[in-house]
Amino acid sequence: MTAYLAKRLAIGLATLLVASLVVFSVLEILPGDPARIMLGLNASPEALEALRSQMGLDRPVVLRYLDWLAGMATGDFGRSYTYSSPVIELVAERVSVSLPLALMALALSTAIAIPVGIFAAARRGRLSDTIAMGIAQVGVAIPNFWFAMLLVYIFAVGLRLVPAGGFPGWGEDWGGVWQGFKALLLPAVALALPQAAILSRVTRSAMLEVMGEDYIRTARAKGLPRRAVLWRHALRNALIPVLTILGLQFAFLLAGTIIIENVFYLPGLGRLIFQAISQRDLIVVEGVVMLLVASIIVINLLVDICYAIADPRLRTGR
Amino acid sequence: MKTFATMLGAAAVLLASGSAALCARTDLVVGVVLEPPHLDPTAGAAAAIDEIVYANVFEGLTRIGPNGEVEPALAESWEVSDDGLTYNFKLREGVTFHDGTTFEAEDVKFSLDRARAEDSTNAQKVLFSAIENVEAVDPTTVRVTLKHPQGAFPYNMGWGDAVIVAPESADANKEKPVGTGPFKFDNWAKGASVTISKYADYWGKPVALEKAEFRFIPDAAAAVPALLSGDVQAFTNLQAGDALPQIEADPRFEVVIGATEGETILATNNGKAPFDNLKVRQAIAHALNRDEIILGASSGNGVPIGSHFSPANAAYIDLTDTYPHDVEKAKALLAEAGHPDGFSATLKLPPPPYARQGGEIVASQLREIGIELEIIPVEWAQWLEQVFTNKDYDLSIVSHTEPNDINIYARDDYYFNYNNPAFDAVMEELDATTDPDKRKELFGTAQRIIAEDAVNGFLFQMPKTGVWDAKLEGMWENAPIQANDLTKVRWTD
Repeated sequence: MTAYLAKRLAIGLATLLVASLVVFSVLEILPGDPARIMLGLNASPEALEALRSQMGLDRPVVLRYLDWLAGMATGDFGRSYTYSSPVIELVAERVSVSLPLALMALALSTAIAIPVGIFAAARRGRLSDTIAMGIAQVGVAIPNFWFAMLLVYIFAVGLRLVPAGGFPGWGEDWGGVWQGFKALLLPAVALALPQAAILSRVTRSAMLEVMGEDYIRTARAKGLPRRAVLWRHALRNALIPVLTILGLQFAFLLAGTIIIENVFYLPGLGRLIFQAISQRDLIVVEGVVMLLVASIIVINLLVDICYAIADPRLRTGR
Repeated sequence: MKTFATMLGAAAVLLASGSAALCARTDLVVGVVLEPPHLDPTAGAAAAIDEIVYANVFEGLTRIGPNGEVEPALAESWEVSDDGLTYNFKLREGVTFHDGTTFEAEDVKFSLDRARAEDSTNAQKVLFSAIENVEAVDPTTVRVTLKHPQGAFPYNMGWGDAVIVAPESADANKEKPVGTGPFKFDNWAKGASVTISKYADYWGKPVALEKAEFRFIPDAAAAVPALLSGDVQAFTNLQAGDALPQIEADPRFEVVIGATEGETILATNNGKAPFDNLKVRQAIAHALNRDEIILGASSGNGVPIGSHFSPANAAYIDLTDTYPHDVEKAKALLAEAGHPDGFSATLKLPPPPYARQGGEIVASQLREIGIELEIIPVEWAQWLEQVFTNKDYDLSIVSHTEPNDINIYARDDYYFNYNNPAFDAVMEELDATTDPDKRKELFGTAQRIIAEDAVNGFLFQMPKTGVWDAKLEGMWENAPIQANDLTKVRWTD
């Protein structure tokens, strides 16, 4: 188990280094001068020069790359060109929206998808299976921004149960936390349903595959009740593909939610990156992308550990 | 769509029943499209900065009023010497900054010297370029000496880039702006909103609102439900597109189409063949049909312009008939210029819909006279680099949003590559003139020169589509300067 983890960790670090090189060089060749974008059309050349040297943009590329790496190694991600506050603070603010949102969506989608998937697999070919999978098919096909708008018109404009968008922050007390939770409710539903649709289909097919195995027949033959076979033997073995999808979905939910963030104008990570790219706030783009790469590596590591828990063969390395 | 309508109807009923309880509100949420990079108007060009802090948090010596006129602000009055070189500003007494420090002449000297200093990153340094010296004569008098007369000096001092800041707080203004305005800065939730509240010790008439929030909603599709649900009560410029008629029909809201300072032009590279030929530019001007362009690029809202000047300005003259839409004449001019079969060129378009949609219409109109345009969509950063900085373009469509910016045509290295000594002379004379009537006349001459030279294709003035709760009053109809002035806004009931 230790060797397995050490190997995973080493691969993760190497990935990070390669990613840093790619991210830095891609942004270096991107057209657009950050100073010009900050100062606008009528800025004088002197003001531009002054700003460039203030931002350190007049120094050689290699030096800037090494400085940046060294900074990140010590936890210093630099200061945003546009906001002039530390990148790490900006990211922390956004993570306080994106992470709870991703977790809410993930919990919701898992809570819906796994039971539905198992249920459909157990009733394979019957009407209830067809209906469940039909709904899932629709869920996969519906664009999530359209679904989000529909939710807004029903629950915010029509019923006025929740705000149409925005995020008031987590507040000081429980009332504030409730306001924050309410603001994330619709976005979480909008994100969760399409994910749940995919996940339930994956769960169903994984379960069906496992249920065709010999040991399931053996378990049934030795007299175990159907339910016990389903939950103890089949589900545990069907978990590996489900975990893989869950890991991918979590990574997506953390930063790939820009469309939903736009519909609900939430100050999340996706919008931070988008804004930073269009304003050529390169240091923010670099920092956020690296943090995302790191978190995806960590998620994959966690998924790997979960595999090992679900499947003892992976633990002993056989 | 029918379900939507039903839901909207339900919303209207809910609103009507709920609103009776809300009388004499003192809070307001204003929706804005862009989040500013920071909140210091003296250190960045982004209009989004001024759209929050101008007149609300920061004030200058003078200010620009709702119709573009210069009004006194921190300077109660001013006198100009006969040679136009010395301005004596009489400052208001009893003014304090939001951190409690007193405002006096030294703060003015500090602010102006800071803006024009060598290492200043003020985006509009040119506003201060005529200043020779700033002297604090006594705590309530400032004397500004100019290098040469500049008729627009009081106007220039009304820009957001020329607001007065305090030496104690200036460096922190990007994050925590401290000004002298009727609202003080409260909080900036990055990515979400900026909140300001009434400043109790304001020198002038106190504002009616206790609290105002600017909420950033970049997506137009999200802005409409935010308005309908009552989360946001005003949008100073809503890009609602197809949803606008629906809002107009709703008695809860008021829709006011005003003018901005944004001249939308078909920018032309006057330094590049064949556009260096006046006849070619005239042919293009004759080929353009402004009404069609406005319909397609701006949903039919926007005033046609014939020169680079805002119709909302008192010195505006209507020059849209200089080269009226006439395809035959355009073809003839093109033939005279030696291109009887037309030619091909490129049209680089930045991202806003007015440019991308307007570009397609312009291309089809120019095709009628034989000019084949290859449309190249570019990002803003690319546009700035290729078109604006390197002048590597034939034609482009862009809106010039700075107020009163006809003087850009006198800049030698500006991206139009336009050079006309007669125009430069008018600009110089204008600078030296302080008499309002004479200035008006010179502005007229300037408009006429660039219209006749067909420097660019002059298309339309960008509209400002204000949408707000019908019970709000005091919102600006026009946008003569980039600002969302909330100082006169109040709820009626």
